[in-house]
This record gives sequence, C-alpha cells and structure tokens, in this order.
Amino acid sequence: MKILVCIKQVPDMESRFKPDASGVWFAETDLAFRVNEYDEYAVEQAVLLKEQLGGEPEVTVLSVGADRVVEAIKKGLSMGGDRGVHVQDAAAHLKDSWQVASIIAAYAVGEGFDLILTGLQSQDRGSAQVGVTIAELLDYACATTAVGFEYADGTVTVKRELEGGVKGTVRLKTPAVVTCQLGLNQPRYPTLPNIMKAKKKEVRVIPVAELLHQEQRVAPVEFRAPARKGSAVVLEGELADQVDRLIGILKDKTAVLR
Amino acid sequence: MKFLLIGECREGKLLEYSYELFGFASQAGAETAMLLVGEEGTLPGYGGTVYLADAGKYGEYNPDLHKRLVQAVVERERPDYVVFMHTSYGWDLAPRVAALLKAPQVSEVVALAEGGGFERPCLSQKMRQVVKPQGTPVVLTLQGGAFPALVPGGTPQVQPVDAAGEGKVEFLGYEAAARKGVDLTKAEVIVSVGRGVGKKENIPVIAELARVLGGEVGASRPVVDSGWMDAGNQVGVTGQTVSPKLYVACGISGAIQHLAGMKKSGFIVAINKDKDAPIAGVADVLVVADVMQFVPALTAKLVK
Ligand SMILES: Cc1cc2nc3c(=O)[nH]c(=O)nc-3n(C[C@@H](O)[C@H](O)[C@H](O)COP(=O)(O)OP(=O)(O)OC[C@H]3O[C@@H](n4cnc5c(N)ncnc54)[C@H](O)[C@@H]3O)c2cc1C
Ligand SMILES: Cc1cc2nc3c(=O)[nH]c(=O)nc-3n(C[C@H](O)[C@H](O)[C@H](O)COP(=O)(O)OP(=O)(O)OC[C@H]3O[C@@H](n4cnc5c(N)ncnc54)[C@H](O)[C@@H]3O)c2cc1C
Repeated sequence: MKILVCIKQVPDMESRFKPDASGVWFAETDLAFRVNEYDEYAVEQAVLLKEQLGGEPEVTVLSVGADRVVEAIKKGLSMGGDRGVHVQDAAAHLKDSWQVASIIAAYAVGEGFDLILTGLQSQDRGSAQVGVTIAELLDYACATTAVGFEYADGTVTVKRELEGGVKGTVRLKTPAVVTCQLGLNQPRYPTLPNIMKAKKKEVRVIPVAELLHQEQRVAPVEFRAPARKGSAVVLEGELADQVDRLIGILKDKTAVLR
Repeated sequence: MKFLLIGECREGKLLEYSYELFGFASQAGAETAMLLVGEEGTLPGYGGTVYLADAGKYGEYNPDLHKRLVQAVVERERPDYVVFMHTSYGWDLAPRVAALLKAPQVSEVVALAEGGGFERPCLSQKMRQVVKPQGTPVVLTLQGGAFPALVPGGTPQVQPVDAAGEGKVEFLGYEAAARKGVDLTKAEVIVSVGRGVGKKENIPVIAELARVLGGEVGASRPVVDSGWMDAGNQVGVTGQTVSPKLYVACGISGAIQHLAGMKKSGFIVAINKDKDAPIAGVADVLVVADVMQFVPALTAKLVK
C-alpha cells in the first residue's frame, strides 16, 4: 500500500503580518514557519495506518514550496513518514489552490497511491480546496472533514464532522483522498532518535516546472488587516494596574460583580 | 448577473443558513435560482425557481452525484456565479463543481469588493485578502454569518432535475451530537480556556476564576481535542452556542468557529498576549497580558 500525505508549511499564526512589496500577500521577514496544524493530523493518521498494517505501507510526505518547506517534510519524516518529496517552488505562495492541487496531482498520477491524506484546510490561506481538487483530478473517491478514520481491506470508513456536533459516516473504496479535521487523532511529538533517523531519509526534489501545466484561475489583488469592527477597550501596561482597571470596568458595565 | 444558489438539507430539513445565500444575492443585486437536493417539504420561502433533486434518490450527501446535478442546472441557467455556504457540505462539494466546470473558486467570502473582487479572511482570520476570479462561471463559498439571512418570501416554481452516474462515496448515516456534561447555555458567567493557557495543569487556575465569578468553565476546540477538557465544555460551531452576561476568553485567538458560539454574550473580556488577535473584534475589553500571570492576579484581587 502506498500513502501520500500533503503538508503545507505555514507561518506561526501568532505573528504580526505585514504586506510584502507586492501588496497582495504577507512579508516573510521575521516569521517563524511550522507545519499546518491540520496536516499534522494527516501525517499521524498515515503513520497509525502503517502501524496497524504491520509496517507494510510506504508513507510519502510531500510539500510544495520554497526551500524552507524541507523543515516541514523533515517533521513529517520524524513522525514516521518513509520518504519525502519536495516540489521546489520559490513562488508557491503565488499559485492558487487549483494550481497547487494540479501540481500535486501531476506528481501523484504516475505513483499509484492508494490513499492520499491532506488537511481540511491550511491555516494561512484556508481555502479547503486542495485535497478535494486532487481527488477530482485523479478521479479518486474523496471524503472531507474526517474526525474518525478506519481502514480495512481497501475500504475506508470516515466519520465526517458536520455542523452543531452532528457527524455523518461514509464509506469509500481506495484509491481515495481523505481531508483531516482537527481532533482526528493525537499527533505524536517526534522523539530525538526519530528526528535523527529522519535526517537520513530520502527527500526527492522535483522542480515545479516539471509538474505545473495549469494557469491561475484566481488572482490576488489586496492584502490588509480587517477593519476593526469592535471598539474593545485595550488594557496594556502594569499587571496590577490592568487588574484594577478591569475590575473597575466590570463593576461599571456588568451586573456580575457585586 | 445571475447567481445559482445551492441550498442545503439535512435529515429532511432545509438548513436555516441557506437563507444567507439570498442575503448575499440581494446585496449583490443579482437574479437568482436555487438548487436543492431535498423534498417538497424542504422548499424555501422564495418565489423564484427551485431546481429540486429528490433526496430519496440522490441522498443528502453524495458529492459525486450532487456535482452532476449542479452541472445540469448550470447548463440550463447559465449563471455567472454558483454560490454555496462554506460548510461541511459546501467546502466538500464546491471544489468538485469547480473542477468539473473548470471554474475558479473563491472560498469563505465575507464581503463583496469593488470591480468583481471578493474579500476573504486569511492567516486564521487575522488578515483579509481581496481576490479576483478569472472566467465564468465562478464558484463561491460564503462564510457563515457574513451576510444577513433573508427570506425572500413566496412559493417557488419547482423544476425537477436529474443526473446519471454512480457515487464513489457511500453515506451510512448520521450520528447525533453528544450532549453531555455542563449546560453552558444557562450559565451567567463563562470563563473559557484556550490553547494560550498552555497546558492541562494550568486549567485549575482558570477554573478558580470561574468559581470566584460564580460561573462555568468553557473551552475552545483545541483544548478539547488535546484532552485537557471534555467535549461538553466546548464553545463554538461544533460545540455549544452561549450568551452569558459575562464571557472571559483566556488565551483564545477568536477563530470564526469559536466566535460563532459566543459573540452574542453580554460582555466579553479577552485576555491575550497578542494585541492583534481577532478576538479583539468582538471583545469589550482586551487585556494584553500573559494569561497565566493575569488570571491569578485578578482572582486574588476579586477574593479580597
Ligand atoms: C501573492 C499571493 C497571492 C495568492 N493568491 C492566491 C489566489 O489567488 N488563490 C489562491 O487560492 N491562493 C492564493 N494564494 C495562496 C496560495 O499559495 C495558497 O496557499 C495555495 O493555493 C494553497 O491553497 P490553500 O492554502 O488554500 O490550501 P487548502 O486547500 O486550504 O489546503 C488543504 C490541504 O492541501 C494541502 N496543501 C495545500 N498547499 C500545499 C502545499 N503547498 N504543499 C503540500 N500540500 C499542500 C495540505 O494538506 C492542506 O492541509 C496566494 C498567495 C500569495 C502569496
Ligand atoms: C469546521 C470547524 C469547526 C470548528 N469548530 C470549533 C468550535 O466549535 N469551537 C472552537 O473553539 N474552535 C473550533 N474550530 C477551531 C478553530 O478554527 C480554531 O482552531 C480554535 O478556535 C482555536 O482555539 P484557540 O483560540 O484556543 O487556539 P489558538 O488559535 O492557538 O489561539 C491561542 C491564543 O492564545 C494566545 N496566547 C498564547 N499564549 C498566551 C499567553 N501565555 N497568555 C495570553 N495569551 C496567550 C495567542 O496569542 C492566541 O491568540 C473549528 C474549526 C473548523 C475548521
């Protein structure tokens, strides 16, 4: 069995974001990058399945992006992936979701993956498109928003999370794409020995030009902070002073403090 | 300009948020038609054309067939936009429709921008992006709550619609929401734990503030997912919707899915070390501080 996990590297969401020179996306200076949270669940699910099947499946971890994304691939390998694929693209952030999906599909088409796992969405762009579009391009069955996953004999049973806590159970046959939602499992922390082992695992580099054959369908025109909706009173400064001011406000504005 | 709106049915009912599609179309000043995979009893209060596919035959969830139904209606109506809600149904189906129609897709639209652009959130709602799709039709998904629900009124002209083929995903059934643990909806004060609280061992410190304020403890989703608290404590779209007199968000960033569950609270205090955290957009007071330093200090002062 061959499993592909697609992971995206995203900036730390606690950063301050400023537009870059193009004015349509964020400047990367001073940003720390990490693996998209949703994709950690995808890696974990692949590794769990590998363990369930006695180590037989081969898990490939793929990321499209600049050289920095190799760090994300290494994380996937240290969690238990077998080999990495780095689709090298210094301008990956300029591609739309459609192009990114078409790049991944162009790579996967000859590889015969039985199962492709992606995150439900990325934390930075958050289109929730790439996984489903890969499935459409490869003509694979696809289920999104997985919070439960079981595999037996070429059949995947997925619990999909719907609104209001309701879930829907679906069954699909491999080859299949499943997009992973938060809480699907408990992503493991790589151990030091596994981090060392990961350093030795193969990461194949493919220049994006070999895989990109599609035009952009959505063009970015602007990037900015949202208009401040609220009129929150912002309390900064000394801790003791913040405490006093908050208590003052609560006494004034709510009936909660007597 | 014509919009094809894709309504949603679940367990034999039209989902209320489908009316936000009409709110969006009306803001855009567009002509509309709707497609619904449902039953006669699920028709919206709307005087336009509703293409109705039989849910008994096509299933409420069968994306491979539903995309063909959308395609069939697109061929008849030739809309400029095909509009879904950004929900578990919409984000699942929209990319399939976009792929089939070779159409651009813009996800989670929150506003119309000038010159045919759409505004959408990015970077976990901290920033906004305006994008412009190229070509028609365009597939859109709308963020829940971004556009007002609008019931146009009237009785639809129903047109049956059909599609051939097999689905690759077999729907087995629904599972009701687990409703156990605390009933947060009745609490007057809720102090909620977010990931910024750092670790499970820190939760008693937050719980102590809740106790002193006479309230309950809530949680954001990652706190539940990582097993720090029970699912019954979760606030948000996939948890409980609450409206206490006072809501204190401790180390919660303010993702839209969390806000959906608590933004109607009477008074909202957020404690966050990041001044730009989106929670500031709904908070009445934002305390910029380390939550594990601020909360014990606040509790101590209140006890005095
Ligand atoms: C200037 C600029 C303009 C941009 N304009 C657009 C635009 O017009 N339209 C647009 O859609 N995007 C645009 N982007 C963002 C773009 O790079 C997206 O990040 C990319 O299209 C992937 O889509 P997504 O992040 O929404 O993925 P999603 O569909 O939200 O991701 C779902 C899953 O797909 C997989 N995945 C996504 N990206 C990768 C990757 N690089 N490598 C491996 N796996 C991956 C992951 O498993 C992820 O969890 C722009 C960026 C910049 C800098
Ligand atoms: C379909 C779907 C449904 C979802 N449903 C829900 C839902 O029902 N409820 C829900 O909550 N989420 C839900 N989510 C998840 C949601 O998108 C967010 O991921 C989640 O709300 C984030 O939780 P958080 O704010 O606790 O964590 P984070 O986003 O990680 O935020 C942590 C915050 O803590 C701050 N912080 C960090 N350290 C400190 C410190 N020492 N002192 C003070 N502040 C600090 C940071 O600045 C940050 O703002 C859903 C997501 C999806 C896709």
